[in-house]
Amino acid sequence: MSILIDKKTKLIVQGITGREGEFHAKQMIEYGTNVVGGMTPGRGGETALGKPVFDTMKQAVAKTGANASVIYVPARGAADAILEAVEAGIRLVVCITEGVPVVDMMRVTKRIAETGTILVGPNCPGLISPGKAKVGIIPGNICKPGPVGIVARSGTLTYEVIYALTQRKIGQSTCVGMGGDPVHGIGFIEALEMFERDPQTEAIVVIGEIGGTDEEKAAAYIKKHVKKPCVAFIAGQTAPPGKRMGHAGAIIEGGTGTAADKIAAFEAAGVPVAHFPAEVAELVEQKLIKLKAKPVAKKKMRK
Amino acid sequence: MKLHEYQSKAIFANYNIPIPSGKVASNAEEARQIAAQIGKKVVIKSQVLVGGRGKAGGIKVAATPNEAEQLADQILAMTIKGLPVRKVLVDEAINIAKEIYLGVVVDRAAKCATVMASAAGGVEIEQVARDTPEKIVRVQVDPAFGLQEFQARDLAFAVGIDKALVRDFVTIATGLYRAFVANDASLAEINPLVVTAEGKLIAADGKIVLDDNALFRHNDLEQLRDIDEESPAEARARKAGLSYVKLDGNIGCMVNGAGLAMATMDVIKFYGGEPANFLDIGGGAKADKVKAALEIILSDPNVKAVLFNIFGGITRGDEVARGIVDGLREVKTKVPMVVRIVGTNAEEGRKILADALMITAATLEEGAQKAVAAAQKQ
Repeated sequence: MSILIDKKTKLIVQGITGREGEFHAKQMIEYGTNVVGGMTPGRGGETALGKPVFDTMKQAVAKTGANASVIYVPARGAADAILEAVEAGIRLVVCITEGVPVVDMMRVTKRIAETGTILVGPNCPGLISPGKAKVGIIPGNICKPGPVGIVARSGTLTYEVIYALTQRKIGQSTCVGMGGDPVHGIGFIEALEMFERDPQTEAIVVIGEIGGTDEEKAAAYIKKHVKKPCVAFIAGQTAPPGKRMGHAGAIIEGGTGTAADKIAAFEAAGVPVAHFPAEVAELVEQKLIKLKAKPVAKKKMRK
Repeated sequence: MKLHEYQSKAIFANYNIPIPSGKVASNAEEARQIAAQIGKKVVIKSQVLVGGRGKAGGIKVAATPNEAEQLADQILAMTIKGLPVRKVLVDEAINIAKEIYLGVVVDRAAKCATVMASAAGGVEIEQVARDTPEKIVRVQVDPAFGLQEFQARDLAFAVGIDKALVRDFVTIATGLYRAFVANDASLAEINPLVVTAEGKLIAADGKIVLDDNALFRHNDLEQLRDIDEESPAEARARKAGLSYVKLDGNIGCMVNGAGLAMATMDVIKFYGGEPANFLDIGGGAKADKVKAALEIILSDPNVKAVLFNIFGGITRGDEVARGIVDGLREVKTKVPMVVRIVGTNAEEGRKILADALMITAATLEEGAQKAVAAAQKQ
């Protein structure tokens, strides 16, 4: 198993004829993702990377039976692209685009909530279920199939953690980059819920950063609902208040959203917090070793 | 991007929000003329993009045009929290009976706009939120419908608006919400919304923060940018497509990715150093971007060492390394450069960088320690 994407994912690439769209579509196909087509208005009937291109998402879904889409269109068209995918009945929409206005995202997330569509992003690296499928821009070559689920607000920081895990020969079930914008699709809690149910996932890594209170809520959720071992990392301990650190959502406002608060919340929930990205892998390894030791200990107890 | 009080109030006026009569002045003589036009007691208000202007002496009341000229002259010579006062707003003085807070913010958790009101107006809302959170009332707005009148009435009654003024309050609150959406704001705030001694509502002060991501569809608003809001280095970075935030330390950082850039700063601090900046160079790290980034980092005289932290993903490590070497060739400097590069083709990348006499590191921890040591030696 894995979460959200696997071999059954049938993907449409929105913006496949653009520079980014084409580059990453090629990477996804090479990774083995089942890309069933692309969509660019006005380019219907053409092919791109050997896949059919459609003018509209409705046509794309009707012809291919697609169940997921990934968006690489410029920011001004991103909200429209998400809504078009939703109207066409796509169940999983992944928006890579950075710089989408917040007002647009407030409208989009309202619609998403009504339809039950799962949105990942925007301003995110997408997701990968190693060995099965990748939707987005996470480099496939650093991943390895295995037991660790990752959910993160940042891209390269996620790659660092994946890389450190793979170096220790610890693979991943699914890595979810939820994105760095203040208003976005699924968050930590939705991913935690899915990882908790996923039989392949044995341990979960949560990678947060300054801004908002999503991490605090995730920590509270873990304490109450998650039995699988979790490890956290929080970026931005040295970030000054009131300054936006690259991501639109990475800002300490009015005293809320500090790294110190988030670290304290995880520690209070019994989740160890790494000091630097590579230490995440070390902590996960310890958790997995403990996990393997546990069932034996239990059996002994019963005797 | 932040707007000044006078700019924010001009926007409010377009949405049926009453504002005091007044005008902005760039010199004392202009201030005198505006005061004479208004023909009664006025308030001279410094226009700088920081809070606490009143406490700093940047807001003064003048009884006569001559006094307005005198005070404007004083205020225009001030620097408040490092920002020079270049303009003053000359507003008619109002007789305050009561001060209310009214604001529209992006509610990250609810994924919608929330309108907040409080009877404790005139002080920073963050302080009210900390000290007396029960004094703030909130309504969440469905973006499909906008702020409904009943919601605005709920706020009005909750903050104790006089019955005779509820209708006016509804006009102001719905106007503020429309201004927020139409201008793609991330904050629109009236603080205080004054109930005057004569029984009228008026926006005595205002603040709008715009969503930088939406400026592409608001050319008119982009024109309102105050160049003093950003340092020259920050402005240059913005134009070069880099995110840069200057900090107080001495180790410059150049990193691909915002989260990783923050983590890099944190690790420097962990090993006893102080980061000089946040800089996200984005994916790719091509020579021209490296050059621009390096020039920006080195424009800070405090920088004693630079740490590059690059993750080679889809962009290969050797390509990035060549970009760095090419970029460095064009920037002459004696500041030591430490490079940590991992991921795809990292070995090849490290070799290219070592040949270019850069200090290389295999892990972020090692890179940070080497950068801290290099900075101390300088």
